[in-house]
Amino acid sequence: MIGVVSYGMGNIRSVCNALEHLGHEPLVASAPDDLDKVDRIILPGVGAFPAAMERLGTTGFADALNTQVRARGKPVLGICLGMQLLGEIGTEFGDCAGLGWIPGRVEIIPRGESNLRLPQIGWNELEVREGAQLFTNIEGDSSCYFVHSYQLLTTDPSDVVATVDYGGPVTAAVERDNIFGAQFHPEKSARVGLAVLDNFANI
Amino acid sequence: MLKTRIIPVLYLMNGLIVRSEGFREFKVIGNPINQLTRLNDWLADELVYIDITRDGDYDLRRDDMKLKGAGDIVSILQQISKNAFMPLTFGGRIKSIEDVDSFIHNGADKVLINSQAYHQSGLVTEVAEKYGRQAMVVGIDVRREDNGHAMYVDQGCTRVSDDPLTYARQAEERGAGEIMLNSIDRDGSAEGYDTEIISAMADAVGIPVIACGGVGTFEHFRPGIDKGHASAVAAGNIFHFTENAYKRAKKQLHRRGYNVRYPYDI
Repeated sequence: MIGVVSYGMGNIRSVCNALEHLGHEPLVASAPDDLDKVDRIILPGVGAFPAAMERLGTTGFADALNTQVRARGKPVLGICLGMQLLGEIGTEFGDCAGLGWIPGRVEIIPRGESNLRLPQIGWNELEVREGAQLFTNIEGDSSCYFVHSYQLLTTDPSDVVATVDYGGPVTAAVERDNIFGAQFHPEKSARVGLAVLDNFANI
Repeated sequence: MLKTRIIPVLYLMNGLIVRSEGFREFKVIGNPINQLTRLNDWLADELVYIDITRDGDYDLRRDDMKLKGAGDIVSILQQISKNAFMPLTFGGRIKSIEDVDSFIHNGADKVLINSQAYHQSGLVTEVAEKYGRQAMVVGIDVRREDNGHAMYVDQGCTRVSDDPLTYARQAEERGAGEIMLNSIDRDGSAEGYDTEIISAMADAVGIPVIACGGVGTFEHFRPGIDKGHASAVAAGNIFHFTENAYKRAKKQLHRRGYNVRYPYDI
């Protein structure tokens, strides 16, 4: 069973719909104890980094996630803001500590000389590193749907398993031990996204 | 590279999909739930649903349309989000943050707010703070007049004195993540986009602008991208009345070297 952390940061219905469509059994975890019942965890999230960390703290999910993911080694997939929370420091509205499971900082995407539009909204084609567990059995156009202004810049470049080109390489997915992250929305990325979720469910 | 989005817009009236012309004339096309299979076949980049039911006119049991409406817009959204794994924007008739909550909690990724964003500008900031600016699409309706473009609210009924470009920049400052620009005089006209106002607005703001209004042939998408500088090109009627229109539009742009997501099969 896959626990989907419900902590008041956005639309978790879509993630559950996609898992059900794939034949997996999502459990909406609305209390930290619910995570005892699942063997893997999805941490979704839209909104602002500090607000999300505060919600994880006050609901008790931050401690529970540390136990389940760090001590018990359950696989976790952070989606969008949920992936950024895996980092050590967020910088939206000032520096803010993240879950700290993936060494690195979350920074705004540089607008550069071309004065890039932010947020990046839309479909962008992934550059996937060979051997990435989230992307096995994906062929053809690997475009996924992104909506974000910030990205996770990892200290260890080998944690990044996929990038997209948006004024330069932007972190699209990370993997480190049992910790996985997708900056795009797999639940909104049609065929490719569903395959990513299915891969995570079968890791 | 980020791809240019091609977005079908579906107008709902009393729970049914309608064709719109000049914001005044409407023709029933079908039931949104019955059309779901077709939407999945389209493999759209994104879908925008706009409820254009007029105030005081909401009656799902009306039988003069012969077709039965698919229910209120939230139950339509629930059914769509169970079956369509693509970004969904819902809008129309949004009056308060509670309306927004109910869309987001039932599967919408973004809300489109037009008139109420004008009447109650704090709502844009409230939505952006609660759900992130990427979830907040501000709709702007314009009409071409002798001396430029005028802005309208209340489903094209009320002309306001605001300059559309100034208003767009204000919306961005308040927290809009995207702007959907619709031309009332091009709506249903099949004359093509009004690229003058689209490019002016796209150049005036730092957020994506979705162009809408006027597409009558596949050839009409390219000016929206090239001349209009739009991040996404949207259309309604063409996708309903031309066979396999969505795929054909994409294929044609793809063949001409445009960076669009190819419509592969799931």
